[in-house]
Amino acid sequence: MNWRCQPLPIPAGSEVSWLPFGNGRSYGDVCLNREGLLLDTKPLDRFISFDPKRGILRCESGVLLDDILAVTVPHGWFPPVVPGTRFVTMGGAIANDIHGKNHHSAGTFGCHLRRFELARSDGRRLRCSRSENQELFNATIGGLGLTGLIVWAEISLKRINNQVMDVEVIRFANLGDFFEISEYSDLEYEYTVAWLDSMARGKKFGRGHFVRGNHSACCTKPIAAPKRRLSIPVELPFSLVNRTTARIFNSLYYKKQGRVRSTALVHYESFFFPLDSILHWNRIYGSQGFLQYQCLLPPDSRGKDALEELLTKGAQQGLVSFLGVLKVFGNKLSPGLLSFPRPGITLALDICIDGDNTFRLLDDFDSIVQTVGGAVYPCKDARMSGTAFRNYYPQFAELERMRDPKINSSFWRRISGGENGQ
Amino acid sequence: MANRFIFGVTSSIAEATARLFAVDGDNLFLVARDQVKLHIIADDLRVRGAGKVFTAVVDARAFDTHRQLFEDAFTALESIDTILIAHGTLPDQKSCEASFEELRKEFETNGLAVMSLLTHAANQLVQQGSGTLCVISSVAGDRGRQSNYVYGAAKGAVSVFLQGLRNRLSSCGVHVMTVKPGFVDTPMTRDFDKNMLWTTPEKIASGIYNALQKKKDIVYLPWFWALIMWIIRLIPEPIFKRLRL
Repeated sequence: MNWRCQPLPIPAGSEVSWLPFGNGRSYGDVCLNREGLLLDTKPLDRFISFDPKRGILRCESGVLLDDILAVTVPHGWFPPVVPGTRFVTMGGAIANDIHGKNHHSAGTFGCHLRRFELARSDGRRLRCSRSENQELFNATIGGLGLTGLIVWAEISLKRINNQVMDVEVIRFANLGDFFEISEYSDLEYEYTVAWLDSMARGKKFGRGHFVRGNHSACCTKPIAAPKRRLSIPVELPFSLVNRTTARIFNSLYYKKQGRVRSTALVHYESFFFPLDSILHWNRIYGSQGFLQYQCLLPPDSRGKDALEELLTKGAQQGLVSFLGVLKVFGNKLSPGLLSFPRPGITLALDICIDGDNTFRLLDDFDSIVQTVGGAVYPCKDARMSGTAFRNYYPQFAELERMRDPKINSSFWRRISGGENGQ
Repeated sequence: MANRFIFGVTSSIAEATARLFAVDGDNLFLVARDQVKLHIIADDLRVRGAGKVFTAVVDARAFDTHRQLFEDAFTALESIDTILIAHGTLPDQKSCEASFEELRKEFETNGLAVMSLLTHAANQLVQQGSGTLCVISSVAGDRGRQSNYVYGAAKGAVSVFLQGLRNRLSSCGVHVMTVKPGFVDTPMTRDFDKNMLWTTPEKIASGIYNALQKKKDIVYLPWFWALIMWIIRLIPEPIFKRLRL
């Protein structure tokens, strides 16, 4: 679809299902539609209006966060919530109700959404906001693209003084320390997140780096954006990530920081989007690829115990992970019906696929998460069972009711299937 | 900051080029035949940083409106640094073989309309004593092939016309640039199978942008088309006529 003035290119009598597809940065199959067709939304990449006095931006749904940053940062405005990559579309950010390092202070992307236009396959164009078509507004936020095509959206931005981030990294030795640092950091820092050595065992268990930062308040000397240096040119026939390399990487990364605390002023790109500096980084996992597992656990002691159980089980059963990320979500609720973030602790792991073992282990993870009433992030999932999903998101039936009848995804078919999700 | 005039801004290559101008804060005069699409692009370019943005709805084949168009543009922008002519259609070769009316329509859009616009634009730029005329022709104009010689003939005519114009205007301070893109993935070529030779409108746009800075005369985009077309032009006609191209 090239123009927002055009009708949805879904033929009236079409039997096959469609799915809006943005820049394909979701890890699993929420953005795929194996039995149907994809509707490319990237040509819908035009801005509509920007008010530099009030920080309100309206653009089409295929606009990348990268383009939004280029337009708004020079005027002193920053997207209210950003994920770990700049290469997501506006539509994708809404459909997955993305969260960022500032969840404890800002909530999700959906919390800052003012309105959008939704095109349905029956030809209707609906304006949705907190006061207009509110049900569809809520269902579309975190609605995985199933409620229709988001044609354009309007968001409120956040004021910043400059492009510089004031960052502090604190090394922690165990999970207890993490929670302690997190608790007091969340009061003073807008952005907090921790990197976790998810493969460490014994005395080293639960060690990591706590990263916290604020947009620099004073106008410091300009700091240049990092130059894009590396690109993985081809998909490797084998994975560079295995138990040994991951263990070495994690260990070296932990020791990279000599001191317990270090502070730095950095450009926002290196703070928010470190992986974007390596193009096609996913190719290091070889043709077999990798999985992400991001779960949410309640903020109480049950959640903390579950976190420990997940990590212990992973370490025991030889889970290979380069990247473990830990964060405490805040209390700000998203309007999104199927929004993933809720108050609690979130753990995200990049996981190297080691045959059926990995899938069995993740099923075990799911059991633990379900027991404590947690959830798994659909945007990063490729394998959870329908039963697990329906336990995580009892509201799924509401979304099914509001789903556009001609729109479906591989993910949605999988989780609304039978007991095994097939 | 420069003043740029773009005819056919709803074409993917022109739109992508306009975005590069907008980031520089240039003043823009945008022309297209579809008013709604034209305003969608104008709004986008304003947000991206363009200075003043003017719009005009004109059809390429409405020859009698072209003179007035440039008068309006010069009144609005006062002076013009670049005139980019980028509109075009991809004719259905088979229909053109079957119907002269169809052929004439396509030739008028892709050939005559460009010459009409260039005639008025050139005279205005000569009066001004400066500026660049930048026209998107095509590698298809370098040699006629059975698969699209109507399009090729129109583009070839434009390329030769530009050669002559360049020759005429070089002493007047007016620069003429011929852009010859190869295969570009745009809505115009949606139904084609794509291979390694294909590129994106954004890559062509940055090629045009750089060539404008360097004041190139003829630029093949991407560069390797210069090599491909050189070889294709070298093939002797007795052999070429038997090829299925």
